[in-house]
Amino acid sequence: MTSYPKLVRDGFWSNNVGLVQLLGLCPLLAVTGTFINGLGLGLATLLTLVASNTIISMIRTLVRPEVRIPVFVLVIASIVTVIELSMSAYFHELYSVLGIFIPLIVTNCAIIGRAEAFASKNTVGRAMVDGFSMGFGFLLVLVVLGGMREIIGAGTLFAQAHMMFGEAARTLTFVLIEDYSGFLLAVLPPGAFIGLGLLIAVKNLIDRRLERRSVRQAAPSTQIAHAS
Amino acid sequence: MRYRSILISAGFLFLFAVLGTGMVAYTYDTTAERIADNERRALLRKLNEVVDTDSYDNDIFTDVILVQSPLLGTRAPAPVYRARQNGWPVAAVLSPVAPDGYNGAIQLLVGINLEGTVTGVRVLRHQETPGLGDAIEAERSDWIRRFTGKSLNNPDLDGWKVRRDDGEFDQFTGATITPRAVVKAVRNALIYFKANRHQLFAQDPEQEQEQETPS
Repeated sequence: MTSYPKLVRDGFWSNNVGLVQLLGLCPLLAVTGTFINGLGLGLATLLTLVASNTIISMIRTLVRPEVRIPVFVLVIASIVTVIELSMSAYFHELYSVLGIFIPLIVTNCAIIGRAEAFASKNTVGRAMVDGFSMGFGFLLVLVVLGGMREIIGAGTLFAQAHMMFGEAARTLTFVLIEDYSGFLLAVLPPGAFIGLGLLIAVKNLIDRRLERRSVRQAAPSTQIAHAS
Repeated sequence: MRYRSILISAGFLFLFAVLGTGMVAYTYDTTAERIADNERRALLRKLNEVVDTDSYDNDIFTDVILVQSPLLGTRAPAPVYRARQNGWPVAAVLSPVAPDGYNGAIQLLVGINLEGTVTGVRVLRHQETPGLGDAIEAERSDWIRRFTGKSLNNPDLDGWKVRRDDGEFDQFTGATITPRAVVKAVRNALIYFKANRHQLFAQDPEQEQEQETPS
């Protein structure tokens, strides 16, 4: 049984959906043109993951193994459609920007992956925490990559924040570089690949540093377990 | 015994299909009105950007006919919203499509007053390159606002092109195809309006039927 802190650490860092498992890359790469787009899709994915993990964990003893995958797909698809309709009703502008990527959450293999690998074998509480930390880890990658690409590509941060937080948030937009002509590569799909590659590289670099330090500090017998 | 187990599995699957569909149906039912309202308001906001709100007093959103013409860039019937003041026609908002954008069709709203002068152009939907072609959005650049006040005489028909094609309209640095498509679509909308002006404002639905067939 994995402990709760380990679940959180796994989701946020050592088994991060975007940086380690490399799941759900299609929406991750496609919508992270701006910070706000990344945040919108990240929140929707987070919500889906928590809801699907919870429900699937609740029904895990009822579902016969031979039909479990179709049942998971049904549950996930229903949740996503509900979220899609709610977004269209309450965050219409953001919905019109994220458009096709909301229904595509269904195909985010991270979600069925967590359902199959974790929620179907663990208690409701654990499944919820796992869904939350996995979703949050994914959200972090989305906003960091979105922010990076927005700053480099357009010279702004939090542009179009009003789509999520209402008209008052219009003033949230930072123009970091005045009269910036833009660096198109960062906004286009190649920029997403390069950005994600850099993020993964940085994560691996940090991991190696930490590992080296812990090896140096600790006696050889107490090796700290890292990413599985 | 085996059949029983299969049947139970199938029943279970069926149960979840019903539950899932029920959940979606319930959400749809509770949000449908709000979504339709959102869409209506979003469109109305765009309509008011292309026609001055003070210039008309009718419910522009419901005073609409569907027309079909190759000049509007699409085979599907395109809505024409009609603005009236005290019952008199003031302006029409056409919804042409520029089929030849860099990345697919660009849906536009073009407001044209009775004299055939553009009162405003806005982009409804497009998939142009972010950072280049998306400068046609009013939120991103002023380019689309420069159509306001133009007509088929100003500039003349030959001038309705981008500068690279010896016309009067600027292209963007790095993007010619997108502005070229938009300029052409607006020009064609003006041509269509000029040819069909009287029918467009006709009140009689039967008359509308007749002029809907493209010449």
